[in-house]
Amino acid sequence: MSQDEILEGVTSAEYKYGFTTDFESDNLPPGLDEDVIRALSAKKNEPEWLTDWRLEAFRIWQSMEEPEWANVRYTKPDYQAISYYSAPVKKQVNSLDEVDPELLKTFEKLGISLDEQKRLSGVAMDVVVDSVSVATTFKATLAEKGIIFCSISDAVHEHPELVRKYLGTVVPRTDNFFAALNSAVFTDGSFCYIPKGVRCPMELSTYFRINQAGTGQFERTLLIADQGSYVSYLEGCTAPSRDENQLHAAVVELVALDDAEIKYSTVQNWYPGDAEGKGGVFNFVTKRGICEKRAKISWTQVETGSAVTWKYPSCILKGDDSVGEFYSVAVTNHYQQADTGTKMIHLGKRTKSTIISKGICAGHSNGSYRGLVKMGPRAEGARNFSQCDSLLMGDGCGSHTFPYIEIQNKSAQVEHEATTSKIGEDQIFYCNQRGMDTEAAIALIVNGYCKDVLKQLPMEFAVEAQKLLAISLEGSVG
Amino acid sequence: MLSIQNLQAGLADGTSILKGINLEVKPGEVHAIMGPNGSGKSTLSSVVAGREEYEVTGGDVLLDGESLLDCSPEERAHKGIFLSFQYPVEIPGVSVSNFIKTALNAHRAARGEGPLEAALLLKKMREKLELLEMDKSFLSRSLNEGFSGGEKKRNEIFQMAMLEPRLAILDETDSGLDIDALRIVAQGVNALKSPTNAVVVITHYQRLLEYIVPDYVHVLLHGKIVKSGTKDLALELEERGYDWIKKENAGK
Repeated sequence: MSQDEILEGVTSAEYKYGFTTDFESDNLPPGLDEDVIRALSAKKNEPEWLTDWRLEAFRIWQSMEEPEWANVRYTKPDYQAISYYSAPVKKQVNSLDEVDPELLKTFEKLGISLDEQKRLSGVAMDVVVDSVSVATTFKATLAEKGIIFCSISDAVHEHPELVRKYLGTVVPRTDNFFAALNSAVFTDGSFCYIPKGVRCPMELSTYFRINQAGTGQFERTLLIADQGSYVSYLEGCTAPSRDENQLHAAVVELVALDDAEIKYSTVQNWYPGDAEGKGGVFNFVTKRGICEKRAKISWTQVETGSAVTWKYPSCILKGDDSVGEFYSVAVTNHYQQADTGTKMIHLGKRTKSTIISKGICAGHSNGSYRGLVKMGPRAEGARNFSQCDSLLMGDGCGSHTFPYIEIQNKSAQVEHEATTSKIGEDQIFYCNQRGMDTEAAIALIVNGYCKDVLKQLPMEFAVEAQKLLAISLEGSVG
Repeated sequence: MLSIQNLQAGLADGTSILKGINLEVKPGEVHAIMGPNGSGKSTLSSVVAGREEYEVTGGDVLLDGESLLDCSPEERAHKGIFLSFQYPVEIPGVSVSNFIKTALNAHRAARGEGPLEAALLLKKMREKLELLEMDKSFLSRSLNEGFSGGEKKRNEIFQMAMLEPRLAILDETDSGLDIDALRIVAQGVNALKSPTNAVVVITHYQRLLEYIVPDYVHVLLHGKIVKSGTKDLALELEERGYDWIKKENAGK
């Protein structure tokens, strides 16, 4: 068997999490205009300022063109064919007993039993299924510390001053086509506020799941770490297998005030389409954080899913001595396309950023790293280190690197390293000779290659991520 | 235990390298295969281990009477064949301990056993490290990455010690070793010898054979074993080189 045959064998794993759950939904009919936005806003009982904010975003969106600069090809979605609201019918939930049993089964299939999570792991979860939060746990424990962790819909009602103050300040409605769309139609997402000087005692976790055929999902996440606070936030998702493309355009805004630290980890495993490239999720995400003085934001992502990914978690290093980090593993297989990377915008003095990007391409997929490091005129003594590695498996895939560097301050230092490698037949044979089959060998080699990123993840998430890498590339392993 | 019968093999492009090798290795024996560059020594070890870039065009390789030729490299490993590589590969980001744990547990799984308990694994690793005079910090280093020649070879023998193979093939294990490393490696190999396992040492030079004393020495030339003898043959080769054997065979 040639190496190509081996690779084809191990990279042709079917999507393991392909199933759907039946439960009643309360949908808006497909289509998008100002009336739909008013109806959506009314369904969610929103205050007038937010309705107006959405309408303004919609007007901005209408004046924008869908971007085409990314190194991806897809059929643009018909935005009038999408239903912009779908909520599980029973919404009022006070305990797990009241959660739709079908939904609980879904979580069990994913190995995420809320009950188990609650009792054993100390992870609080704000669960988003089809746009509306149906269960929030550990609220009381968090409340003792003054931490707010709830759905953004609830936050709009319970903490309007915070939402109003920060919403759209990191990712403005005018930022880009997908961010404008999200601002107009976002249905739910998470809100988190860590008060001054508080260290959040547990990892905050949200599991997203797209569950309604033809329903775009537009989450909005807003996370504020007040002065001197710390929070580690986990975002993970799997989606049921679908025949038609599903649009996902999320916005995540992080605000790290003076001396605060936010660690934001993502494991993303949306349906990537089948082996022929049919179906799969379109993932057009805008994630950005702003750092005030001495603040730190660290993005860690393991991306294995989606048919098309367009995603650049970024840091605006506004405050002096602030720190931005980006650790990424992006796996593409079959006909997946990913254009992902980060932007590090150094504005303050002595700001520091680190970028570690590991791309893995298999099958006929295409992976691109696109990153911007910008040193503003005030960024005295700012430093960046970037390392962008690509690992190719087989001959049918492509890997590309687009690093952009803009330097407006002479004292700034930028370092960029890049490597491209292939998993060698020598490495596989060596592992085989030591008794490992080829799938185990590839899992081992790939996990080694990604180690610098995986070690940034909290332990339980790292285990999940390793499993996902195995599933994405190997089939039977994991 | 190992029986190589009229083995012929070459590259996929039709280049013939091994032209009818015969070799019998019994439990408890140490065999040395010597020969000049390009005689087919490394090809022989690769073919026995099941490397797919070589095509077997004739003959057979049997272990305990069963042909290995249809077995995958990992199946051959599970049956007890171990190859100490001449050029061990680097696997960045994979620690020595993680690698050997994965390898050992793959062997155990093939025997229907569960993974070795962490404490026992650690104990075993420490014992074997001691045998090879290696520091335990070695376990957390990336496999072969930045290793010196001597460290790479010691790592191979460490893995051999951990996996306890029935038949170990040491391919040019002495190359790149200074005299101290050579002594330590040989010490490791000797400690692992038993009446039930066997060692095949592939080498250019007689040097290693001062430490690992062979029962039989074979000379490989142009893809055939042209002369066999005892350890005295190795000494003679050391003294006289290979030319006299080449001449002896030129007429045939």
